[in-house]
Amino acid sequence: MKLTLKIWRQKDAKSIGKFVTYSLDNISPNCSFLEMLDILNEELIGKNEEPVVFDHDCREGICGMCSLYINGRPHGPDDAVTACQLHMRKFRDGDTIVIEPWRAKPFPVIKDLMVDRTAFDKIIQEGGYISVNTGGAAEANNILVGKENSELAMDAAACIGCGACVAACKNASAMLFVSAKISQFALLPQGQIEAKQRVKRMVKKMDELGFGNCTNTYACEAECPKLISRSNIARMNREFMCAKVI
Amino acid sequence: MAELNSKIPKGPLTSKWTHYKDHQNLVNPSNKRKLDIIIVGTGLAGSAAAASLGEMGFNVKIFCYQDSPRRAHSIAAQGGINAAKNYPNDGDSIYRLFYDTIKGGDYRAREANVYRLAEVSNNIIDQCVAQGVPFAREYGGSLENRSFGGAQVSRTFFARGQTGQQLLLGAYGALSRQIKLGTVKLYERHEMMDVVIVDGKARGIIARDLITGKLERHFGHAVVVATGGYGNVFYLSTNAMGSNTSAIWQIFKKGAWFANPCFTQIHPTCIPVHGDYQSKLTLMSESLRNDGRIWVPKRKEDAEAHRHGKLKANDIAEENRDYFLERRYPAFGNLVPRDVASRAAKERCDAGYGVGSTGLAVFLDFRESIGRLGKNVIEERYGNLFQMYEKIVDENPYENPMMIYPAVHYTMGGTWVDYELQTSVTGLFAAGEANFSDHGANRLGASALMQGLADGYFVLPYTIQNYLAGEIRVARMSTDKAEFAEAEKAVQSRLEKLIAVKGSRSVDHFHKELGKIMWEYVGMARNEAGLKKAIELIKKLRAEFWKDVKIPGDMNALNVELEKANRVADFLELGELLAYDALNRNESCGGHFREEYQTEEGECKRNDDDYKYVAAWEYVSEGEFRLHKEELAYEEIEVKQRIYK
Repeated sequence: MKLTLKIWRQKDAKSIGKFVTYSLDNISPNCSFLEMLDILNEELIGKNEEPVVFDHDCREGICGMCSLYINGRPHGPDDAVTACQLHMRKFRDGDTIVIEPWRAKPFPVIKDLMVDRTAFDKIIQEGGYISVNTGGAAEANNILVGKENSELAMDAAACIGCGACVAACKNASAMLFVSAKISQFALLPQGQIEAKQRVKRMVKKMDELGFGNCTNTYACEAECPKLISRSNIARMNREFMCAKVI
Repeated sequence: MAELNSKIPKGPLTSKWTHYKDHQNLVNPSNKRKLDIIIVGTGLAGSAAAASLGEMGFNVKIFCYQDSPRRAHSIAAQGGINAAKNYPNDGDSIYRLFYDTIKGGDYRAREANVYRLAEVSNNIIDQCVAQGVPFAREYGGSLENRSFGGAQVSRTFFARGQTGQQLLLGAYGALSRQIKLGTVKLYERHEMMDVVIVDGKARGIIARDLITGKLERHFGHAVVVATGGYGNVFYLSTNAMGSNTSAIWQIFKKGAWFANPCFTQIHPTCIPVHGDYQSKLTLMSESLRNDGRIWVPKRKEDAEAHRHGKLKANDIAEENRDYFLERRYPAFGNLVPRDVASRAAKERCDAGYGVGSTGLAVFLDFRESIGRLGKNVIEERYGNLFQMYEKIVDENPYENPMMIYPAVHYTMGGTWVDYELQTSVTGLFAAGEANFSDHGANRLGASALMQGLADGYFVLPYTIQNYLAGEIRVARMSTDKAEFAEAEKAVQSRLEKLIAVKGSRSVDHFHKELGKIMWEYVGMARNEAGLKKAIELIKKLRAEFWKDVKIPGDMNALNVELEKANRVADFLELGELLAYDALNRNESCGGHFREEYQTEEGECKRNDDDYKYVAAWEYVSEGEFRLHKEELAYEEIEVKQRIYK
């Protein structure tokens, strides 16, 4: 395959970035998207140019590190995959591919396609856990969880924290991410004791960090590589209302 | 010089750990606040240890190279975590889990460590459930189990095919809580460059801020390395791209011995290699072997036709299929341990029965189980794995059998530690995959998560306290001390040296070359001539690397190529040690298979008279290592040939 790439290059957080055009030839359709970028970087190094910086690690769609905005979509044109699991067979010979970093104010660019997502960690630190110390746990089967709720909790817990939901949202809302964690615990008996505190604190932090609100376009759900459902947002809203009212 | 003392407590096996805990030294709450602990790595072992030690009241600093602790590669573990709960009432017990782990490790692990691991396994499940980890459940609400390789009971707890993710997020939650409470300070996008030793004790690290490129000095009364395994020495592996050996290699050079480096695990069920641009291999969980049957064509002409795309797997009649694991190992069938399954697949492919375009693949077939259980049951059990396979290979595994081949996955070897997880350097500890302690020559499926969390939640928080109780009079040291300055200077000059090479070939070029040497001569089957050749080739490649590597950019800023170069420089040294160790071990056991030492049926031939020891290597100088032997004494278990027939 022959490709034209338009890639966002930005020296550091303070510099002004711009698109730079590169062309690549002889790309196998079985190559993954990130392997295609590896090939580009090898060429750039050969020409004494700085390679394109992008975040990636596990390359099997689970660590949540890769964060590329490809042709106007987080993680690119395939559904339910991260950029590392996207393969070049989803493109056509001669295509022009535009690659940008996540675009959201709470995720500032560090360099090129790499962004700072520590805002997500800060939200989790407000209550994305059950406060139990090591060693004090009771026998596991003393806590029974119905299969239906346990499956729903797992659906929500499958979130990889990549930030595609924020990147897809015109308001840069983090509600899908935050609601997935809140839902996981709201659906489990272990999560009930701290439920009110959890939702209030996490939502407050989310607002403080500059994430926008939800205006129900559901772009987040459409672009989520792990198919996290928007019904989690509804559940979070209900939890939030209950916590505020009662 | 340090001596090899495993510090195994006296007394009967079943009460050693209890006895240890009853008699160990403790630190009172007001002193805990005055003690600093550095933890490197945020996987299961690192995060769990940091959270637990923070809860206890110590001051913890934790470091990871990723942008968040939640990215650590424990997240990618799929299948499950073992525990001896015996919920299915199938005869499991702590002893059985202990026995299976020792046997699975081909009698090359320490009895006392493994027994402790089995003992705390049940606490791990309790802890994780309390944290809200969404394990799979039965309709009645209790926890569900499944079976895994190397065991005849169902003792594996799981959260779909994402068990590692859910356990890591549990530990990450506990860690996040302590960060909020201020007991733990997180340094993300930081890489440990070296350990600092003051008067013979580990007292801190030199870390590099990967964004600014600045070197930082950090003090700790104790240092814990929990940085995972070294599988990426093979370049292609199931590890994450950033997984590296640098932390355990730097401490090795400072006196922390490296044990059993040749014990590497090749996982049987990975998606086969497809091109030279390939950057990593993807694992398909071992749990698939519960319902999938592994086979190759019985007739060479069928295999040949499949390789050329002239014959489809589904068109090969039942009687022309060779279910070689079921044939060779009727008692365990498709659930033999990983090393056995991998070698059996290699044997068939080498004999000309391999399938797929390269001939280096075997089938993993779900047709029978889909027929028996229905597609929806298979989808519920393995849905995400099937989806992942389809995305990568572009073929529907519900309709066509998967094609799989073994790949480098896990490293049983690692930093030598005693019963307290302390290395041969005082005050320096190693936890999780980074240490060598519990899996012997081969790790059983679903035991890595168990060991990572055992070390992090239930072992290290006790044993490190025993050490720190003797350090309460040591005040926090200034990092202006000469030892810190010297360590920083050494790191600085190494990075300057790397940048200054300004050669003609990229870091990846050298890493790929190293990988080829390792896979060819130090991979699934090894022999004396090949290992000697590998050592020569690695030495040559290392010399070339330092003369010809090309790193664009500068060192005082974000520089991904420099990060990679620093890691590959260490792999180029470790590869040589791995080959030395494989050459030294004149036997086959577990993941280490020497062609000269096999039975007539092609099984491992162990040599217990001469090699029933842990090989702990001491660094002398580049390319020169000194061997220390820790003899393994088996008091509870009778050492036998490992048979799964």
